[in-house]
Amino acid sequence: MPLSYTIAVIAIPLIMFLFLGLSGVKMGKKTTGIIGVIAMLITTILAYGVALTYFFGSSEGQIVDGVRKAVTVFNPDWLTFSDTLVVRMGIMLDPIAAMMLIVITTVSLMVHLYSLGYMCDHHGNAEKGFQRYYAFLALFTFSMLGLVVATNLFQIFIFFEMVGVSSYLLIGFYYTTPAANHANKKAFIVTRLADLFFLIGILILSFYTQTFDFFSNNVNGIIGMLDDPQASLAQAGTTTFMGCSAMAWALTFIFIGGAGKSAMYPLHIWLPDAMEGPTPVSALIHAATMVVAGVFLVARLFPMYVLVQGTMDIICVVGAFTAFYAAAIACVQSDIKRALAFSTISQIAFMMTSLAVSSADGQLIEIHGGYGLGFMASMFHLFTHAMFKALLFLCAGAIIHAVHSNENDKMHGLHKYMPITSIAFLIGCLAIAGIPPFAGFWSKDEILVAAYEKGIGWGIWMTMVAGMTAFYMFRIYFLIFHWKKHEVHTEHEPADQPWTMTLPLIILAAISIVAGFVPAAKLVTWDGTPLHTQLNWTIAGTSVLIACIGIGLAYKMYYKENDLPERMANSCRGLWTAAYKRFYMDELYQFITHKVIFQGICKPIAKFDRAIIDGFFNMLAEVTNRTSFGIRKMQSGSIQGYVYFYLIGVLLLAVITMACVLL
Amino acid sequence: MESLGNIIMYFVIALAIIVFSVLTVTTRKILRSATYLLFTLFATAALYFQLDYAFLGAVQIAVYAGGIVVLFVFSILLTQKPGEDAAPLSSHRKWLGIITAVAGVAVCGCAVFSYAQFCGQLMPDMAAPSIENIGKFLLSTDKLGYLLPFEAVSVLLLACIIGGVVIARRR
Amino acid sequence: MNLTLLMYLIPSLIMFGCGVYGFLTRKNMIAIMISLELMLNSIDINFVVFNRYLFPGQMEGMFFTLFAIAIAAAETALALAIIINVFRIAKDVDINKINKLKF
Repeated sequence: MPLSYTIAVIAIPLIMFLFLGLSGVKMGKKTTGIIGVIAMLITTILAYGVALTYFFGSSEGQIVDGVRKAVTVFNPDWLTFSDTLVVRMGIMLDPIAAMMLIVITTVSLMVHLYSLGYMCDHHGNAEKGFQRYYAFLALFTFSMLGLVVATNLFQIFIFFEMVGVSSYLLIGFYYTTPAANHANKKAFIVTRLADLFFLIGILILSFYTQTFDFFSNNVNGIIGMLDDPQASLAQAGTTTFMGCSAMAWALTFIFIGGAGKSAMYPLHIWLPDAMEGPTPVSALIHAATMVVAGVFLVARLFPMYVLVQGTMDIICVVGAFTAFYAAAIACVQSDIKRALAFSTISQIAFMMTSLAVSSADGQLIEIHGGYGLGFMASMFHLFTHAMFKALLFLCAGAIIHAVHSNENDKMHGLHKYMPITSIAFLIGCLAIAGIPPFAGFWSKDEILVAAYEKGIGWGIWMTMVAGMTAFYMFRIYFLIFHWKKHEVHTEHEPADQPWTMTLPLIILAAISIVAGFVPAAKLVTWDGTPLHTQLNWTIAGTSVLIACIGIGLAYKMYYKENDLPERMANSCRGLWTAAYKRFYMDELYQFITHKVIFQGICKPIAKFDRAIIDGFFNMLAEVTNRTSFGIRKMQSGSIQGYVYFYLIGVLLLAVITMACVLL
Repeated sequence: MESLGNIIMYFVIALAIIVFSVLTVTTRKILRSATYLLFTLFATAALYFQLDYAFLGAVQIAVYAGGIVVLFVFSILLTQKPGEDAAPLSSHRKWLGIITAVAGVAVCGCAVFSYAQFCGQLMPDMAAPSIENIGKFLLSTDKLGYLLPFEAVSVLLLACIIGGVVIARRR
Repeated sequence: MNLTLLMYLIPSLIMFGCGVYGFLTRKNMIAIMISLELMLNSIDINFVVFNRYLFPGQMEGMFFTLFAIAIAAAETALALAIIINVFRIAKDVDINKINKLKF
């Protein structure tokens, strides 16, 4: 099979994880990093080979009637519990999997290379735990690649957990700082809670479909079943619970799992805190790849989601609200990484919304007819966003590395000192703002078209959020690179970083410029049928105009130092503070978990557990203990004491016997 | 009707047994205690003689009086300092002992006296067992033979000798 | 006046009672052994007396006593060996002070 070398794409990162993790300490720090980068380079080349072979190859019956089919490279049984309950582990390639392979390996390679410079101090000495860092990066890459090529829901779930673990390990890389420890705990607990719903959803779904597989060779997989009205999936559509079909429940639960990973409101609270990790990690995991796992999950089950209009509406509302909410917060954050994190949340919400508006008519037949635009736009945006958001994060990392601070007010006027970084950051900002011909324009335009097809309200809403995106990104840009003259507060002037850090910026900036011209509509569609899209000039023009207004506003407010931002903040101080405090979501969680759940529910339960349940067994132990201590005196070791007892016993027996005999 | 000599003899022996037994357990000098024990054992041997078990009486004197009491005396001399008396008994310990002992005696006495009819029977005539007979029984293997217990006791004694040597020797 | 069975049992009984009393009250281990001998001896008397009164032609009681004397001798010898050994280690034969092996 020509694509069987796909296994190497998965296997190399795993081997690197084991190799670097086990023997990294024995090697030099730099050696470890270089080996990691070279292995990642090989993986990337192989992944490109796989993706190009899949997209442009024509062998193996990939294309049937002009439709590009999913290819299951192999799918061996892993755990066989019974005839029907079989968990398989395999590799499946379809358009989104192949695209994700490119995204993951590209960003991962850039981050591997970038970290060579970033994880060193200014004298070029690698930080403590350098080998551990590269081992975890490899582990994450492995998990993420395993996730996207999964052949079944259970494999997705396993790798879903594994990316969660790698994220946990990397957020807590500086495990000596309390903030990092709190952040990784928070991330793990929130996503884990969401994954519980995911698991429930998987179980409901597989209960009705009798399989975990998406497509299967001998039996129909979950998705392959859709074309067959006689299949058991039809039953799942008719079995109802609390007014909704079992399938709707399952899909909603699975969406909650995805929402946890993709930081949808209200499960987004972990992502801003996750910025405690090293910045390249934020770029790789919390901007480009892991956080889109939720989008990927919904996209993977998209053929099912389109059948359930209710669930799609939920996703649509959650996505649209999250996009606006996160954008509003991003407008006032002073911490550069936090602002980028909220930007990420907002952009992922764009993808979610885009997926959800796809089923505007809810008619399967019409979707076949070309209503998968939103799906394509979502995946396209995922691709472009991964590139420019990774670029933005890596730029932010370079700046943080130069000025040793995350706060805006320690930066200001860096354009003169760090020209390359400045230009790269500007390109990233233009891309995310949606200015043609940068990557973000093309993908965001498709999303807006899809949203307008759903309804004019959705379109206007999303266009507004796109304008906010332009505003807050340029606010960050101007505050960092202009605003006022830089005050050098470290022992050396900030400057462009070494080539290991600058090269990834240049590469990613180049990709951000050209990525929009990738013919995504022809390649990445939900059923493999190429879409015929053309630029809708009205919508594109409007969105560009709105973006330009946002940029202009940002320019007016933040290019030169002035008191306009301060006055605006003062004019609506309450709103500004609320946004700065992220609309008190963390406090709300704190209140619900600590005051309501811990105090109201857990404390009484704990009290019951300690007092009644533990108390009962403690009582047993205590009684035994006391009794033992009491009767310990009997085991005195004094023979005469024993004889007393013996004699008393004998005499009693004798008296009883005599009484019986004589009376 | 027994001969008067026998009756007098009996009372002397009974009195000696009772008096010396009491003295054995009440005297505070341990060496005297051993001596009173010796007298008690002699009185017991006399009792055996009176009951026509001459061989048994001889064994009693030889083993008990000649062997065991000597052992006692040796070990007392090894462990006691001269002139050291046992401390006087605490009264509660003493009374506890007396009550237990008297209760035991009372229960047994009660049992014995409740069979007064049975216990009142007279001593039948008996030819004293000859040494020849004793020897035959002791070493015979037929129905009434005692060869097995004899050999078992000899093994026991051997074990006891070895054990005594092992335990008591200086390490 | 006849010598009845009862008349032989009474000294034996008192002797046994003395043994019990001594065993319970004495502190010196050798004195305890002496009390033990008293009790054994009283039992021996009982065997002999019952044999003499109830089965005059037979010798079971007598042989039992004979073996009891032999075993008692063995037992006493061993016990005294142990006591002397204990004395050598603990420098005492007071039974209340030999409690080092207690829990």
